[in-house]
Amino acid sequence: MKRLIGFGLAGVLGLFGLASGAAAQQKTLDTVKSRGNLICGVSPGAPGFAFPDDKGNWKGLDVDYCRAVAAAIFGDPSKVSFKPLTAKERFTALQSGEIDVLSRVTTWTMSRDTQMGLAFAGVTYYDGQGLMVPKKLGIKSAKELNGASVCVATGTTTELNLADYFRQNNMTYKPVVFEKADEVNAAYDSGRCDVYTTDQSGLYSQRLRLKNPDDHVVLPEIISKEPLGPAVRQGDFQWFSLAKWVYFALLNAEELGVTQKNVDEMLKSNNPEVRRLLGVEGEFGKAIGLDNDWVVKIVKGVGNYGEIYDRNVGPDTPLKIARGINNLWSKGGIQYAPPIR
Amino acid sequence: MAGTSNAMGRRDAGATDMAIAEGGRRRETRDSLMRSWLHRRESRQLVGQIVIVLLLAALFWIAASNAISNLQHQNIASGFGFWDNTAGFDISQTLIPFTASSTYGRAFWVGLLNTLLVSAIGIVLATIVGFVMGIARLSSNWLIARLATVYVEVARNIPLLLQLFVWYFALIPQLPMPRQSWQLPAGAVLNNRGLSLPTPLLQPDAGIVLAALAIGIATAIAVKVWAARRWKATGERFPVLWTSLALIVGLPLLVAAVLGFPVQFQYPELRGFNYAGGIVVLPELIALLAGLVFYTGAFIAEIVRSGIQGVSAGQKEAARALGLTSNQMLRLVVIPQAMRIIIPPLTSNYLNLTKNSSLGVAIAYPDLVSVFAGTVLNQTGQAIEVISITMLVYLTLSLITSAFMNWFNSRMKLVER
Repeated sequence: MKRLIGFGLAGVLGLFGLASGAAAQQKTLDTVKSRGNLICGVSPGAPGFAFPDDKGNWKGLDVDYCRAVAAAIFGDPSKVSFKPLTAKERFTALQSGEIDVLSRVTTWTMSRDTQMGLAFAGVTYYDGQGLMVPKKLGIKSAKELNGASVCVATGTTTELNLADYFRQNNMTYKPVVFEKADEVNAAYDSGRCDVYTTDQSGLYSQRLRLKNPDDHVVLPEIISKEPLGPAVRQGDFQWFSLAKWVYFALLNAEELGVTQKNVDEMLKSNNPEVRRLLGVEGEFGKAIGLDNDWVVKIVKGVGNYGEIYDRNVGPDTPLKIARGINNLWSKGGIQYAPPIR
Repeated sequence: MAGTSNAMGRRDAGATDMAIAEGGRRRETRDSLMRSWLHRRESRQLVGQIVIVLLLAALFWIAASNAISNLQHQNIASGFGFWDNTAGFDISQTLIPFTASSTYGRAFWVGLLNTLLVSAIGIVLATIVGFVMGIARLSSNWLIARLATVYVEVARNIPLLLQLFVWYFALIPQLPMPRQSWQLPAGAVLNNRGLSLPTPLLQPDAGIVLAALAIGIATAIAVKVWAARRWKATGERFPVLWTSLALIVGLPLLVAAVLGFPVQFQYPELRGFNYAGGIVVLPELIALLAGLVFYTGAFIAEIVRSGIQGVSAGQKEAARALGLTSNQMLRLVVIPQAMRIIIPPLTSNYLNLTKNSSLGVAIAYPDLVSVFAGTVLNQTGQAIEVISITMLVYLTLSLITSAFMNWFNSRMKLVER
């Protein structure tokens, strides 16, 4: 009898689950596998993080994380479809099941972690909020910005930090709030605002899209902590683990010197840590629902964390952002991954 | 209708009589009563309606409980507890005091007031533009009529969002930076941060001027009533318009002049980045108003044109035959009849303008959708609550507008004697 009731309840729950389309009760990994591709939410246009090139291929640090997840699951980094989302749309898209992973320069905060049903898988880029002004204003410090008009995107932590910073320093400002980064950019470029604010990496990235990038300067002050990372829905622990460990695998690969080029040689390595990472020893891939050579697939597909960084935002790219705190812990940064064992 | 139900009632009564006479077969009688009740069209309709209402309620209940269980399952906060939490962001245009330490609830009111502001100004301006352009389209002057036609065809055939982008992103670069601002008459300043107007600061004596204004309005109303009575009784006209104008505008001005104009103006001054100390009209508001008025004005122009053309030519001929001047003909014969055709579609354009004002979100105008369904939604993550409140607000605004316009319509309606 009890079993019958339980069955009935499950049926009703299943019906509701189907009706909602949220797939919260379903396993995301199974859904992704049966669909044959990963759906990843990214920025609509942020050079270095997510930006379609002239052939329509998505490029960037956030994009490469998605490709790493796809490579781990399918052994093919191209099995991702990218869904460009505005800051405002992103959480609803993840909550409603429209995307599997949100990898969109999203700041990890307590309220997002605890009240919005999100689970952050790690910090792929440690950032802080910065301010950009036209050079001709002759401003050297953010403390000189009293009374300025500030262009900002809605639905961001940026909007809140901005209010905090001006309040702390007893300064006033006029926010000009847009929904899309493109509109913020156009308004700032047309002279509507004195200041453009977003995460500092974003400023370097958006500056490339201004009419005369060299006429603008990013002020030295960092006014907040912005740990940016990928997020998944709460309620599917297997998928959360997978998202987390793909990121850790990228870091561990860099730390152990496993690169896109040498990954096949590394399979013959005697180092037990490398052997565990690449699935020569142990059953680590199986434990998160993947094959044991999952890291081999990731590194072959997109390289390790350092390679991704250098390719998209590093000193040799137009963004020219030094590794800084995003270096490995062993090299003076704070990127640190738990060991695979 | 009444006749039918009476007849049915009589038939029922007949059935009851028979049941008593035959005795014993009560159950069948009740069945036949039931059957005859079901055979009535009204009762069948009633049953159908009840079933539909129940089905809708059940559907709504399933959807609601489904949403709640999903939110709980995904660990997403729900309820309206966020209303009193600190907002932590600023808004560029606030009609009521608002700072970053105000609540989300107050941000809602700020957004709502901004929506009401742009809608109210937009409705008034679009009506003026619409009437002028509608009448211009019927002008006997070839150039005026053609220009009005070109305006209407351009304005109503380009999507409003595109028009807003043009107004905003084309307008802003035309305006100077704050340091090179254009100085306008009366101390106003225009630059790409907006239009700064001098703030009027009322002195103690200003109360007397306001009192004079009130007296002027009251007297004007009295004069209008008196003039209407006199006209009916004696047929003599009285220049009500000019008298009212003198009373409402002239009297307060005269009093103010006698008192030495008890208003001081605080003029905007260049301080740091921008002019401070005046009333600022944001470029976002100007661009949004321009877009809404330009777009909606074209629709209203068409309504006005069709309304005027809808008055039969015989009415105008009759008015001329009675010896009315062309001005009187327009005012007393054509417009009152045209209004009956104009008002209902005008209402839906007012509703459209109010709803379209939400497109202001694309050009940074801090309306309800931008502030509440944008920033607040994102900072709290409570999409369902925020979106339902927003929808409820637009629904309420629309219902109030159409209730008012229905009342106005019933006043303007042809009174049949």
